[in-house]
Amino acid sequence: MIAARELRKTYGSNSVIDGVSFELGPGQCLALLGPNGAGKTTLLRILATLLRPTAGSLHIDGGDALREPERARGLIGMVAHGSYVYEDLTARENLRFWETMRGGDTSAGRLAAALAQVELDGVADERVRTFSAGMKRRLGLARVLLGQARLLLLDEPFTGLDRRGRKWVNEFLQGFKAAGGAAVLATHSFGGGLGVADRVAILGSGRLLMDRPAADLAPDELHRLYESLTDSVEGGA
Amino acid sequence: MTRALGWLAVLGLVVGIAAGFGYAPREAIQGNVQRIMYLHVPAVLTAYLAFGLVLAGSIGYLATRRPGWDRLAAAAGELGVLFTGLTIVSGSIWGKPTWGTWWTWDARLTSTAVLFMVYVGYLLLRSLIEDPDARARYAAVVGILGAVNIPIVHFSVKWWRALHQPSTILGPERSPIDPAIGLALFVNWVAFTLLFAYFLSRRMEIARLEEQT
Amino acid sequence: MTYARRAWIILWKDLLIERRAKEHANALLFFCLLLLFLFQFALGPDRERLAAAVPGLLWLGFILAGLLGLGRSFLGERDNDCWEGLRLTPGDKSAIYLGKLAGNCVLMTAVEIILVILFGVFYNVDLWTPAAPLALVLALGTIGLAAVGTLFAAMTTQVRARELLFPVLLLPVQVPVLLATVSATQALLLGQPLADVAHWLKLLAGADLVYVTIGLLTFEFVLEG
Repeated sequence: MIAARELRKTYGSNSVIDGVSFELGPGQCLALLGPNGAGKTTLLRILATLLRPTAGSLHIDGGDALREPERARGLIGMVAHGSYVYEDLTARENLRFWETMRGGDTSAGRLAAALAQVELDGVADERVRTFSAGMKRRLGLARVLLGQARLLLLDEPFTGLDRRGRKWVNEFLQGFKAAGGAAVLATHSFGGGLGVADRVAILGSGRLLMDRPAADLAPDELHRLYESLTDSVEGGA
Repeated sequence: MTRALGWLAVLGLVVGIAAGFGYAPREAIQGNVQRIMYLHVPAVLTAYLAFGLVLAGSIGYLATRRPGWDRLAAAAGELGVLFTGLTIVSGSIWGKPTWGTWWTWDARLTSTAVLFMVYVGYLLLRSLIEDPDARARYAAVVGILGAVNIPIVHFSVKWWRALHQPSTILGPERSPIDPAIGLALFVNWVAFTLLFAYFLSRRMEIARLEEQT
Repeated sequence: MTYARRAWIILWKDLLIERRAKEHANALLFFCLLLLFLFQFALGPDRERLAAAVPGLLWLGFILAGLLGLGRSFLGERDNDCWEGLRLTPGDKSAIYLGKLAGNCVLMTAVEIILVILFGVFYNVDLWTPAAPLALVLALGTIGLAAVGTLFAAMTTQVRARELLFPVLLLPVQVPVLLATVSATQALLLGQPLADVAHWLKLLAGADLVYVTIGLLTFEFVLEG
């Protein structure tokens, strides 16, 4: 699904991403851990073809995402900090807008089904301005569902959600994986997401300090590794 | 190569000044102040050359994304504004004793002033964006629009002027084509172009070095 | 067909949001009213002096309102990273430009109609007799202003000193449009037939074609940021 090799992103003399390589297959979820400022968002944006890397190669679903970003964009669903919602439109209208922009089918039935899947059908015709952060997040997930994304890129999807909300996102991701989709999940907290991850990677100072199957790691072992790796990086830098 | 260009330019300017003040005859009606034409006309021609290069650099960058094209556009833009300013000031100095006023809304001067404003805006835009890629892209769009707009401005101003006063007999458009004056003009134009080329390559080199640090 | 759908949905979204939020319409309407008073105060009570200046004032008012309205074209996209969302959509991005251009033309036309009515009422100018040819001049001028305004608005939305840079970039480029529309309007208000201003109309039409084409071709490069 993703084949990234030696991705680099420098601003002037500052290397935000300094040689990141990894692969991810369909039905897999990669959790990307790292302290704030480690470059998680930058890496995610490069994967989303929003940012052009200074060097390196990126292939998504077999196609060169740097040479032909349009093709990759058709497959990718991004759920980032900004939820891509227009506050003065209703949930249903937002979905209709984004799905039309994707060139997809916006029949009433499809929109209603997507809203039902994220449990927003009750407020489908309310303006998004009245929604909570969690509801906006769910609307974002409905958007990527409707768009039939095969690769999900999530940037801190658990922020601002209560326990029920987090559980909900986890279940959503499980279902997504089961249907054959792949996901990269960037987070700085251990509070959520690790349950659904198949692999865990730690990003520090622009490099992947670790990339291991989640099954190999016990939770406190992961915690210790995280502390020691990020400390050594910060101490050295 | 650049050094040689620089010396050639200096040589050209020396010859040009000699031609303009020594060789070319004193103009019958306007007197010695007409000699400022040897500065004014080459300056505006060089400015047009500069803006043509801004267009080339802009298209080049959008097509290839190579920073060299953007450096060309930026350097040519700066020089273009400089030479346009020179054109306007020299035109104004020419105008004061000739028409009695520092400024007149005749077609040529007005078009040049509009050109000046468009490209000052171009430089202003460049100065306000830090990200080099965004700066190059946005500047390229303005550069293309500004250049393509030049003939449109030219015609609109010309027709607008035709509605108002007819051009005066002593207007700069009516220079006599005395061969000596023509030659002096040509020499100065070549000198200005050499000077422009020298400044351009120097400026681009500085920009390239700045980018590397 | 998807291209047309996308341009249309952008227009639909902007009009819908405008109708609900009513941000622009009310403020611009009030601004037009203010301008009328401003012009009157600046020119003094002499009826004839004002009447002679009407073509210029009409377009001056129009451009000032345009600077306010057009500059804000993409502000709605700044919330919630919608700009980024638009970047992620597949396909030809110029459809977005077209949709925004259409929306801006609608907005500017509304402003124009209001200005024309206000001028007619407050300055006692007969704008009804030459209404048809005047409408043509207005339409061509609107497209010219909106075509470049939409493009530059997209550019300046993310730049520092946006409110200053937008007019500084837009006004010099719009000089031909201003000259053409004012000259044509003046001729029409003096009772001259449409044939007399044909050259101005051709200039406007040509300029509009150039501006819209450049907008369509270069918008993707602007959106990318």
